[in-house]
Amino acid sequence: MAIKENKKVDLSVEASSIEQKETSGLSQGQLVRKRFFRHRGAMISMVYLFAIIVFVFTAGGIHLGSAEHPFTIPGWWHWTITDMSEVSISTSKSGQLLVGAPTLDLNPFDGKKFGVGLHPFGQDTIGHDYFALVVRGAQQSIMVMMVVGFIGGLFGTIIGAISGFFRNAIDSILMRFTDLIITIPTVIIGAVIGQRLGNLGVLPLAVFLGLFAWTGLARLVRGEFLTLREREFVDAARVAGASNNRIIFKHILPNAMGVIIVSVTLLLSGAILLETALSYVGFGVQSPDVSLGTLISTYQDSFQASPWLFWWPGFFIISIALSVNFIGDGLRDAFDPRQKRNITRKDLAKTDQVSAN
Amino acid sequence: MLAFIGRRIAVSFLILFGSSFIVYNMQAIAGDPLAELAQSTAQNKVFLMHRLTAQLQLDVPPPARYFLWLKGIAGLFVGHLDFGLTRSGSPVLQQIAVAIPVTLRLVTAATILAILLGISIGVLSAIRQYSRLDYSMTFISFLFFSLPVFWIAVLLKQYLAIGFNDFLADGRVTGPFMVGAPVILAIVIAGFIGGGRKRFWLSFVFSIVGLFGLLELMNLLDWFQKPGLGIVLVTLFSAGFGVTVAGLIMGFENKTGRYAALSVAAFGAILYFPVRMIPGDWLNLPIMGGLAVLTVILGGLIGRIWAKEDRGALTRIGSITAVSSALFTILDILMSNWHSYVNSDAVGGRPLPTISSSNNLMTSHNYWWQLLDILLHLMLPTIGIMLISFAGYVRYARSSLLEVMNMDYIRTARAKGLTERTVVVRHALRNAMIPLTTLIAFDLSGLIGGAFITESIYGWRGMGTLFLRAVGTQDLNLLMGVFFLTSFLAVMGNLLADLAYSALDPRIRLDK
Repeated sequence: MAIKENKKVDLSVEASSIEQKETSGLSQGQLVRKRFFRHRGAMISMVYLFAIIVFVFTAGGIHLGSAEHPFTIPGWWHWTITDMSEVSISTSKSGQLLVGAPTLDLNPFDGKKFGVGLHPFGQDTIGHDYFALVVRGAQQSIMVMMVVGFIGGLFGTIIGAISGFFRNAIDSILMRFTDLIITIPTVIIGAVIGQRLGNLGVLPLAVFLGLFAWTGLARLVRGEFLTLREREFVDAARVAGASNNRIIFKHILPNAMGVIIVSVTLLLSGAILLETALSYVGFGVQSPDVSLGTLISTYQDSFQASPWLFWWPGFFIISIALSVNFIGDGLRDAFDPRQKRNITRKDLAKTDQVSAN
Repeated sequence: MLAFIGRRIAVSFLILFGSSFIVYNMQAIAGDPLAELAQSTAQNKVFLMHRLTAQLQLDVPPPARYFLWLKGIAGLFVGHLDFGLTRSGSPVLQQIAVAIPVTLRLVTAATILAILLGISIGVLSAIRQYSRLDYSMTFISFLFFSLPVFWIAVLLKQYLAIGFNDFLADGRVTGPFMVGAPVILAIVIAGFIGGGRKRFWLSFVFSIVGLFGLLELMNLLDWFQKPGLGIVLVTLFSAGFGVTVAGLIMGFENKTGRYAALSVAAFGAILYFPVRMIPGDWLNLPIMGGLAVLTVILGGLIGRIWAKEDRGALTRIGSITAVSSALFTILDILMSNWHSYVNSDAVGGRPLPTISSSNNLMTSHNYWWQLLDILLHLMLPTIGIMLISFAGYVRYARSSLLEVMNMDYIRTARAKGLTERTVVVRHALRNAMIPLTTLIAFDLSGLIGGAFITESIYGWRGMGTLFLRAVGTQDLNLLMGVFFLTSFLAVMGNLLADLAYSALDPRIRLDK
């Protein structure tokens, strides 16, 4: 027992020196990057998310603008969301009649035709290609996510920073304004946009959701600014004659970046769920345009007859939200200076080697 | 303090005023209440439009109409609250009064379960940081965090409700389930027990064998058709639960706590048969409420008999054990009613419903049948809400406890030689729970209006569906009624959260 205790003490002495060896000569940014790249879940998610974005935007093309004045770049997929073809009818192994079954077959040994086929995700009940619909839905979700993240992030940061830096009257006014915005239900926003600007596609919805989504971030940034503004480096900057602008953007903001980035990723995954939920209850993306939420709400009752109509949109929602959440987790670990990793024997050997060289 | 509360309430009213003005006008922009009528083919269309205009004062422009509406609300201060009329002419207040109990029933159980389960798993996850359990819990909570509630609802309906009902027709566990269920459950159990590789595999194998045997036994006894616990299992379960609680509160080596728990469980066993004799027709909600209070007091008193010191802790142990004993007894009674309930005409052998909040065909006045009916209707939505909000609590409880465990005073407590249980339960957990209370208060206040998706999926006519209907049909007064009430509760919840925070953490001064 006593020997074990000794070993433990030794290990911790070693550990602190390992940390010093690992971090010596690196800037803050390099440290963060290093810690982030080490987070396996976050790295996999990052690659996955990037692949999904490239995939859906090249496959479906880009569609913006109103229904009357569309702006379109066609994608490489040969169906669009309005194309209709005859619904295929087949029977499953158990003899059940399948209408518009998926042709995607990744198992080369089952005797059926291997490959993507004509309608890889199947067809909906009236003959639309479901792959095109799902890809368009995923595009909408990603677009909403990006726009909400950008607008919400920008407003939240600016309002939180001003509020936390100037305090007093400006702070109270801005924070009460934040409280006011929080109480306004998003369903109402969806209803207004849907009724008035529904034919302009998903962009107006995303912009307005962003305009109401900054509240949580603003509170966090304000809290961060309230503590950071009391620190010595801010006093030093002020003594050196820096303007308020310079102190806010050059001195305090970079130090608050960790909190901001992490909560923006939370905002992103929240936005995707919000958009799909709004569309599900009919106050988000309006038909004839589609969203992953409207797809699920339209076809949830045909779950027994054609389950693929339900699985594919769900898969895209979950995998996008999940990968964004994992990226956020990796970023949080990377930015948190208190974060300590378990030191393994492999690390010990590695750093010993490095120091020996 | 009073000045702070007064100022906060004044500001809250200003905020409510501002946001209700914005919402009123936004909804007025969103749609014309007359649009639907204007497109109708009714003969008396013009008359109907005029009537609706007069009834809802639609000839007044929205910003001015808002103040007419506000006048009705301001009646609150003279004792005559008026939320106006809905489109169909019934008072808004009446609709809300019907909807609130439905929503409360839906969210209460789900929230309490999510908080209890989330915090305990989060705490476990933090205590065993970087263990197998911690990693899998992190992954699972992220997964639940990313699930859309409407998506999980469809899966629950299909696999849980329809699957369970199909299974009950036969009532015997067979085939892949007989193997799959024990294996999956054993992995979970072994994961929670934890320890090194050897211990993991040992507990895994033992759990598989035990669960497999249990399922065989249940099949043999036809347990799924005619379930029941009996006095032995009820007493054993409540005693086991009580001893665990006593161990957590007072330490597992403490005999007095254990004796207190055991004596309460024994007392519960004595009451088992008399309680079962009470006919179900006599009972109703007020009587049950009274019995619940009685249970808590009686349990506390029995616990207190043992007390030489630590009176509070023993009272708590007694009360908690008594409640658990009562719950197990109720579960047993419900189980003995199960067979006749399932095979009654109203249920027709498919007990787990996928829609609506109660069975309209149910005519029985037997309290236990009504309770079973309510609980079964709650099952799916509760699981759905729970899975999703539980994930947040796991993350918060974990990070909050980890933060506290790094504090200096925890090191001091360890250095004093306190047991790990005392350090975690008495020193760390109490401080880690402080930030969580804010989160809980915030969540609770948002719940009344926040379950609209779950409500609409399962066809519950609560506040959420009322709100959606109001937005969809441009029923402005109804919408404002629901909105005003939910945002009022949210603002008050915020205030309470602040007060609770300063009460729990004396370092936080509100009046500054």
